[in-house]
Amino acid sequence: MSGAADRVQAPFGTREVRIAGTEQIGPYRVFSCRDPEGPLPQAGQFYMLASAERWGGGSDERPYLPRAISVLAADDDQLSFALESVGPGTERLAELEEGDGLRLLGPLGNGFTAPPDHARSILCGGGIGLVPLAMLQHEHLAAGRKVCALLGFRDAAHAAGAEFVSGAQVATDDGSVGHGGLVTELLLTELDRDSSAVIYACGPPQMLDTVRAISVASGVQAQLALEAPMACGYGACYGCVVKVTDGSYVRTCLDGPVIAADQLAADWLLREG
Amino acid sequence: MGVDLCAIDLAHPVINGSGTFDVIAARRAFGASVDEQFPFSAFVSKTITLQPRSGNPPARLFETPAGLINSIGLPNRGLAGYLEHDLPQLATLAVPLITNVMGSDAGEVSQLLEALDGREEIAAIELNVSCPNVKTGLDIGSDPAELSKLLAAVRADTSKPLIVKLTPNTANVALVAKAAEASGADAVSLINTLRAFAADPARPGKAWLGSGTGGQSGPAIRAIALAQTSAVAAAVELPIIAMGGISNAANARQFLDAGALIVAVGTESFRDPAAAAQVRDGLARAA
Repeated sequence: MSGAADRVQAPFGTREVRIAGTEQIGPYRVFSCRDPEGPLPQAGQFYMLASAERWGGGSDERPYLPRAISVLAADDDQLSFALESVGPGTERLAELEEGDGLRLLGPLGNGFTAPPDHARSILCGGGIGLVPLAMLQHEHLAAGRKVCALLGFRDAAHAAGAEFVSGAQVATDDGSVGHGGLVTELLLTELDRDSSAVIYACGPPQMLDTVRAISVASGVQAQLALEAPMACGYGACYGCVVKVTDGSYVRTCLDGPVIAADQLAADWLLREG
Repeated sequence: MGVDLCAIDLAHPVINGSGTFDVIAARRAFGASVDEQFPFSAFVSKTITLQPRSGNPPARLFETPAGLINSIGLPNRGLAGYLEHDLPQLATLAVPLITNVMGSDAGEVSQLLEALDGREEIAAIELNVSCPNVKTGLDIGSDPAELSKLLAAVRADTSKPLIVKLTPNTANVALVAKAAEASGADAVSLINTLRAFAADPARPGKAWLGSGTGGQSGPAIRAIALAQTSAVAAAVELPIIAMGGISNAANARQFLDAGALIVAVGTESFRDPAAAAQVRDGLARAA
C-alpha cells in the first residue's frame, strides 16, 4: 500500500468551525465553512464530521461517532461538503444552519491520483458518490485535462445533483432524465469511443463492482472511491476494512478511500451480509 | 501529575486502551504532529499474538446509544512481524511502550513473553486474558482458577512488569483480580469490552457483526466500569489502570477517586484522536 507522504495530512485532533452557508439541491444538503487551521485537501479525501451541539440524542439516541463525509470543494480556507440524509448522523448534519458549530477532523485518506498526461479522465458517479468527482473535475479542468463526466441517479429528484458537475451525461434508473438505465452503460459507450482514459468512480457497491469488472476486463485503469462505516477515520479502530486481491484486509480510511480497481478482491463489493 | 507505575515513570496518569490508537497509522494521517502532541504518558500496543491474524470478517462496527460494539478480531502481524516491523516504529515514541499480548494457552503466552523479555524498548507487558480456553470455551480471564494456572505457568517468563487486563465478562471481577495478585501480576487493567450482540436491522434475528458477537465500549459502559474498578480496588493492593467510557477529565477523576492509579482513554479517541490530551489537561487543572 501507499507510503508515508502519500496524502495531505491533517492537523492532530478535531477542531471546531462555524457553518458559513447552506444550500439544498434536490435531496442533497450542501454546507460550507471556513477552516483556516486546516490544509487544502485533495479530491477524494474526506473529513470526520460531527455537529458541535446535540450530537447524540437523536433516533435511537444516536449519533455517537462522527461521520466520514467527502469534501465537495475547497478553495483558499473555504471547505464545502454535500451529503444526503440517510441515517441519524447525516440527518443531524443536514440540520446544521449558518452559524452552527461543526467539529471536524481532516483531511483524511488517500485522494485520487492524476492520470498520465495523454489520457482523459472519465468520471463515473452514482448518486451522492458524485461529490468527490465534482472536486476532481474542478482540479482536472484547472490543470487543462480532458474530462468526461457520467452520472447515474435513481430518479429525477436525485438527478438535480447533476448540477454539481459541469457537462455531465446523466442516466436515471427510471428513465425520467437522460439515458434510461445504468451509468455504467454510458461508461461502456465512452470506452468504445476512446479507451485511452483513466476512470474515476464513486457510488453504490453494485455500480462500483461493474466499474471494477469493466476496468479489469478492458485494462483501463480505474480508481474507486470507497465508502465504509468507520469509527475513527485515521486507522485506529480497524473497523472499515476492505479485502484486497491477496486476501488481506486494508483500512478504507488509511489505504483508501481511493483504491485501484485491480487491487480490490473480485468478490468484495457484492459480498452478502 | 507524575505517576510511578511499577517503577516506570509516567509524566501524567492518562494512557490509551489497547487497540484504540495506532501510532503507525496516526503518523500517516497526521504526520509529525502525532509525536509532537502525543496525548498519552505511555503507549499500549494493540494485542500481539504468536501468529499473524487478519481479523474478523466485516461488519466490524455497530453504533449504539453512547458507544459502539466492535468485532475487530485482533488483527496483527504476529510476534515476528511485530518485532520486525512495528516495534522499531513504536520504539521512537518519547513515552514508555507497553506491549499487549494474548495466547490461546500457557505455551503460547510463554513464547510471547520470552521473545519480548530481552527487548529494552518494551517497558512492560499487558496480558490480554479475554481469550477463550480451547477446551472449556470460557474466557481464561473469567475464571480465577484458570487465570491462576496460566499466570503460575508464565510469570517467570518475563522480568518486565506484568499487567493483567481483566475481562468484565465474569461473575466476580474482584476474585479474578485477587487471583492475579496472588499469582504474580504487578498491576491490573480494566475493563475490557462487555460482550454484546448487534441485531441486524434489516434481517430479524440475524447478527449485524460478521463474527456474530462483539464487545460494547464507550460511555454506555462507564458506570459498569466504575463499579468494577471500585470492587477491584477494594480487593487488591495492585496498581489499577482503569478504563471504560472515559470521555473527559471529570469521568477520569471518578475512576481515580475509585482507586485507580492510571486511567486509559479508548473509544473517545475514535471521536477525537486528541481527546486524551483534554483529559490530561483537565486533570492537571483540577489538581
